[in-house]
Amino acid sequence: MSNETYKNTALIQASLKKRYAREKRFQWMGRFAVFLGFLFLFILLFDIVGKGLPAFTQQYLLIDLDLSADALDVAPDADAEALSRANYAGVIKSSLRDMFPEVKSRSDKRMLYRLVSVGAEYELRDRVMADPALVGTRQSLWLLAHSEAASYLKGQVDPNSPEAERRVKDAQITWLDQLHADERTKSGFNTQFFTAGDSREPELAGIRVALYGSFLTLAVTFLLAFPIGVCAAVYLEEFAPTNRLTDLIEININNLAAVPSIVFGLLGLAVFINFFEFPRSAPLVGGIVLALMTLPTIIITSRAAIQSVSPSIREAALGVGASKLQAVFHHVLPVAMPGILTGSIIGMAQALGETAPLLMIGMVAFIMDAPAGVTDPATVLPVQVFLWADSPERGFTEKTSAAIMVLMGFLIMMNALAIYLRKRFELK
Amino acid sequence: MQTSTVILVLFALCCVSFAVGRFRSRAVGQQAGGIHLLHSLPHHYGYLSAMIAALPALLVLLVWMLLEGRFIEGRVIAGLPADVQALSESRLGLYYNQIIAYAAGGIDASTLSEPQLAAAEQYNALKSESGWLKLALVVVVAVTGSLLVLGRIKPDLRARNHVENIWTWMLFGCSFIAVLTTLGIVLSVLFEAVRFFRLIPATDFLFGLQWSPQIAIRADQVGASGSFGFIPLLVGTLLISFVAMLIAVPVGLMSAIYLSEYASKQFRAITKPILEILAGVPTVVYGFFAALTVAPFIRELGESLGLTVASESALAAGLVMGIMIIPFVMSLSDDIINAVPDSMREASLGLGATMNETIRKVLIPAALPGIVGGILLAVSRAIGETMIVVMAAGLSAKLTVNPLEAVTTITVQIVTLLVGDQEFDSPKTLAAFALGLVLFFVTLLLNVVALYVVRRYREQYE
Repeated sequence: MSNETYKNTALIQASLKKRYAREKRFQWMGRFAVFLGFLFLFILLFDIVGKGLPAFTQQYLLIDLDLSADALDVAPDADAEALSRANYAGVIKSSLRDMFPEVKSRSDKRMLYRLVSVGAEYELRDRVMADPALVGTRQSLWLLAHSEAASYLKGQVDPNSPEAERRVKDAQITWLDQLHADERTKSGFNTQFFTAGDSREPELAGIRVALYGSFLTLAVTFLLAFPIGVCAAVYLEEFAPTNRLTDLIEININNLAAVPSIVFGLLGLAVFINFFEFPRSAPLVGGIVLALMTLPTIIITSRAAIQSVSPSIREAALGVGASKLQAVFHHVLPVAMPGILTGSIIGMAQALGETAPLLMIGMVAFIMDAPAGVTDPATVLPVQVFLWADSPERGFTEKTSAAIMVLMGFLIMMNALAIYLRKRFELK
Repeated sequence: MQTSTVILVLFALCCVSFAVGRFRSRAVGQQAGGIHLLHSLPHHYGYLSAMIAALPALLVLLVWMLLEGRFIEGRVIAGLPADVQALSESRLGLYYNQIIAYAAGGIDASTLSEPQLAAAEQYNALKSESGWLKLALVVVVAVTGSLLVLGRIKPDLRARNHVENIWTWMLFGCSFIAVLTTLGIVLSVLFEAVRFFRLIPATDFLFGLQWSPQIAIRADQVGASGSFGFIPLLVGTLLISFVAMLIAVPVGLMSAIYLSEYASKQFRAITKPILEILAGVPTVVYGFFAALTVAPFIRELGESLGLTVASESALAAGLVMGIMIIPFVMSLSDDIINAVPDSMREASLGLGATMNETIRKVLIPAALPGIVGGILLAVSRAIGETMIVVMAAGLSAKLTVNPLEAVTTITVQIVTLLVGDQEFDSPKTLAAFALGLVLFFVTLLLNVVALYVVRRYREQYE
C-alpha cells in the first residue's frame, strides 16, 4: 500500500514539471490574446490618426494678382452684380503665367493652373466683392493650393519615385520647389474642413453639412426613441401583467436587439418611403429608422435602471396615497434617470455611428448645402466617410480619416458622459 | 396648410382645454360646497379634457395624412387626358412625379406639357383645400372632445383614474411598438419577396449557382434574364464569417479566460474597457481600415509569398470583421465563465489540478453550452454585418471557398441592388428584399437558438 502511494507520488512528481510548463504556456497564451486585442486597437487608431492628421492643415500659395478692371473683364466702376460675374479664373491663370514666364506649351500651362485650387476663384471673388477698392490694384494674395500640390508640400509625395506613379508631375514639383524657396508657400489650420460642405475637390470638402445632418437625424432619433423607450420600459417593469402578450413583447424586444441594422433599412425603405411616401434622403426617415433600431437598447437598459431602484421608494410613495402612476413618474423615474440616460446615450452613440440603414433610405446623395429642416435631403457623418472612402482621389483618403477622427471624437465624448453618469449613479 | 401649423393649433387648443378644465372643476367644486369635494385634483380635470381633445384629433390627423396623397393622386389622374391615363403604371408614375415636382417649385415649367401644367394647378388647389379641411376637421374633433369632458365635470367624475387609464394605455402602446416593428420588418420584406418569387421561381433562387442580377435592357441580349441563384452569396457570407470567427473566437475566448481567471483586479479594470473600445468603433471605420490598410497589406504579403491575392479578398474583410467581433465574444464568454459556480473551480483546484487543467477540464466543459450560444450570436452578427463587406469585399459572386479570392455577401448585394436609382417592379430591386428575408430569418433563427441555449445554461447554475 505505502509502496503503491509512493509510486503514485513519484508519478505525479515526474509529471509536475510538464504540467507547470503547460500552465505557464496557457497563461502566456492568455496574455498573448489580450495583447493581440490591444495590438489591433492600436494599429487601427494609429492608422486612422496617421492618415487623418495632415487633413487638418491646408496649404496656400502666395500669388501676385493683377486685379485691374481689364484683367477682370469688367468696367472700372462695376457694380456688385458685374463683379460677381467677373473673370477671376482668368486673373489667376494669367497671374500664374506671369510668375512662371518660361511655361509655354498648352499641357504645361494646364499643369501650372492645377497648382491652385478651383475654389480659389470663388475665394478671390468673395474678397473682391467685400472690398471693391481692390479692383485696379495689384495684390499678393494667399490662395488655396490644389490637393495634389498640397500633398507634395506636405511631404507625402516622393519626388524620386517614377513620374507615372504620382499625380504631381516633375514640372509641378520644380515650380512648387521654386515657390517654396521664395517663401511663397505656407500652411495653416484647415478651418474649411469644419465650415464647408461636400465637394468634388478634396481641398474644398468639409464636414459641416454632414455634421448638421447627423445632428438633425440624431435629434429625431432621440425625440422618438427616448420617450417611447422609457415609457415602454416603465410599462414592462411596473404595469405589465404576466400574460402571453407581455411575453410576446419581451421576446420581440430581445430579438430586435439582434436584428442586423440593414434590415431596419429595408423596413424604412419599404414602409416609410414606399408606403407612407415620406421624402427620400431626409433626416426624418433616417431618424425614425435609427430610433426603431436603438429602441431595444434603450428599453433594456431603462428596465435595468428601473429595476435597481429600491422598492422602499415605490412603497413609501404608495403608502402616502400616491397612485401607481404618480409613484413611478414622481419618485421611481427620477431616481432611475441617470441609469436611463446612460443607456440612452450609449444607444445614441450607436445611432451616430450607424451607416447601413441610412444607405437604404437614400442618404447617400451628394449634398453641398446644409438641410434646413428634417424633410430636406441630408447626409450624415458616417455616410460622408463612406462616400469619401469610395472616392479615388488621394486627397480624400486623408479627409476620410479626418472625418473618422471627428466622428470618433463625438463617440468618445458621448461614452465618457455615459461613464461619468454611471459612476455618479453608482456612488449613490 | 402645413402639418406643423395644424399640430401647433392643436397644441394651443389643448392648452386652452387644460386651463378651462382646471378652472371649471374649481368652479364646480366651489359650487358643490368646497373644492375638497372634488374626486380628483383640479389639474386632473384639466389633463382629462386636454387628452380627450388631443388624442382623437391626432388620430384623425394621422389617418388624413396617410390617405391624402393617394386621394389627391387619384383625383389628379382622373382629370388627365385619356391617352395619358392609358400609359403603363410606371410611366404614369413618372408623369405624375413631374407634376408634383413642378407644383413644389422643384422644376421649370418649360419641361412640362400643357395637361401637366393644368394638373399641377389642380394638384395645388386640391392640396390647399385638403390642408384647410384637415385643419377644420382637427379643430372640430378637438373642440368636441374638450366640450364633452367639460360638460361632464362634476365632483364625482373620477378624472384622475381616467387620466391614469389613458396613460397606462399609452405606455402599453409604446411597448407594443416593438411588436409592430417586427411585424413591419416581416411584412415589408415578405411582401416584396413574394413579388420577387412570382417573377423568379423560389427554387432557382434557393438552389441556383449563378448570381448576376444585371438585367439587359433589350430582350435579345446575352444574359437577358439575369440569374438569381443565391448559393454563391451564401457561401461568400459564410466564408467571410468563418474567417472572422477564426480570429474572434480564439482571441476573444482566451482574453476572457485570462481576464476572469488569471488577471489581477486592477489589470482587468483597465484592460476590459480598453478592449471594449473595439466594439464602439463604427463599422464604417472598420470598412475603411479593411479596404485601405488591411487589404493592400495582405495582397502585398501574399505576393511576396508568391500567392495571387485579390485586392478585395475575403481574408481582409473577414480579418477586420473578426477584430470587430472580439469584444463581443469576449464579454459574452466572460459572463458565461463567471456564471460557473466557484464551488466547481475550488473542487478541481482542491484535488490538485492546475488552473489550466481546471479551466480546460472543468470550466470550459461546464460553460460549453453558453459559449456555443455566444458564438452563435457572434456568427449572426458577422452574417448581418454590412459596412465592412460593402467597403472591403467584392461585388462579383464567385462560388469559391478560397479566402484569397474576392467573394460577395448577402448584405453587399442588398446594398448594391438598392442604392442608387431604383424602379420598384424590376426583379433586381425585389431580389434585395428576398435577400433581406433570408438574412432576417437566418439571423433570427441563430438568435433564438443562441438565446435559448444561453438561458438554459444560466438556469442550470442558478
